[in-house]
Amino acid sequence: MGDPLSAAFAAMADPTRRDIVARLADGDAGVTELAAHYDMSLQAVSKHLRVLEDAGLVSRTREAQRRPVHLEAEVLDLMAGWIERYRRRAEERFARLDGVLQELQEQDRPARPRGRRAGGQR
Amino acid sequence: MTSSTDSTVITVEQDMPAVRLQRDFDAPPALVFRAWSDPELVVRWLGPRDLEMEIERWDCVTGGAYRYVHRRGDDEHWFHGSFHEAREGERIVQTFTWEGAPDSVALETVTFTDLGDGRTRMESISIASSYADRDAMIASGMEHGIRDSFLRLDDVLAG
Repeated sequence: MGDPLSAAFAAMADPTRRDIVARLADGDAGVTELAAHYDMSLQAVSKHLRVLEDAGLVSRTREAQRRPVHLEAEVLDLMAGWIERYRRRAEERFARLDGVLQELQEQDRPARPRGRRAGGQR
Repeated sequence: MTSSTDSTVITVEQDMPAVRLQRDFDAPPALVFRAWSDPELVVRWLGPRDLEMEIERWDCVTGGAYRYVHRRGDDEHWFHGSFHEAREGERIVQTFTWEGAPDSVALETVTFTDLGDGRTRMESISIASSYADRDAMIASGMEHGIRDSFLRLDDVLAG
């Protein structure tokens, strides 16, 4: 699926770009400023920034001379939101599995009195 | 709504197109394995809460296979795969394909670790064929929220 979310995930699949995003979380920074942290050419860093920009993860201010790079935290939040939703659906399944396991254990050990828990519903 | 604690840990790998899950259960590994391999038990927990799940085949043995459907009204989603290995009480390795994207296949490994005291730690890793597939997997099954999220994302990207 060539959707924007995939572009954001794909952009974050690179360690340098993840590092750039982490740095930008502390505040806007210029390209030269960012490039100082990496053992690579300014062009190479610019290329990474372009990928992040195309994925909507960062933006460049037009006005200022040094065109600082700005992190679009909202896109990161959306990514985090999708991951959390996936996690929550898994947790819902596992909570139902808790109920099934509880029931199996009660069947296996009918002699031992146990408080019945709610749950295990379909 | 039950007293069960929300303890599912997710890790979306950055260096490989994979998702990891970890969850502890108040039952010994043999029992957790049984709930994973017996179709009559699987059908009670694997399907999403708001969908009907029907298992056509669930042969959880080494060399076995499975196929099931999630259904809501006329909306059907079929899934199938092979059980590469089912090692009783220890681990299950299977492939996973959503038939809506038949060319995509993920490899899933689930391991059950005995924590003692009748408890089990389940750890799973799903490795997709590509980052795009992995991300589609994360976004899957979210029929309700999916469009809203994309619209919101479009807004953000356009702004």
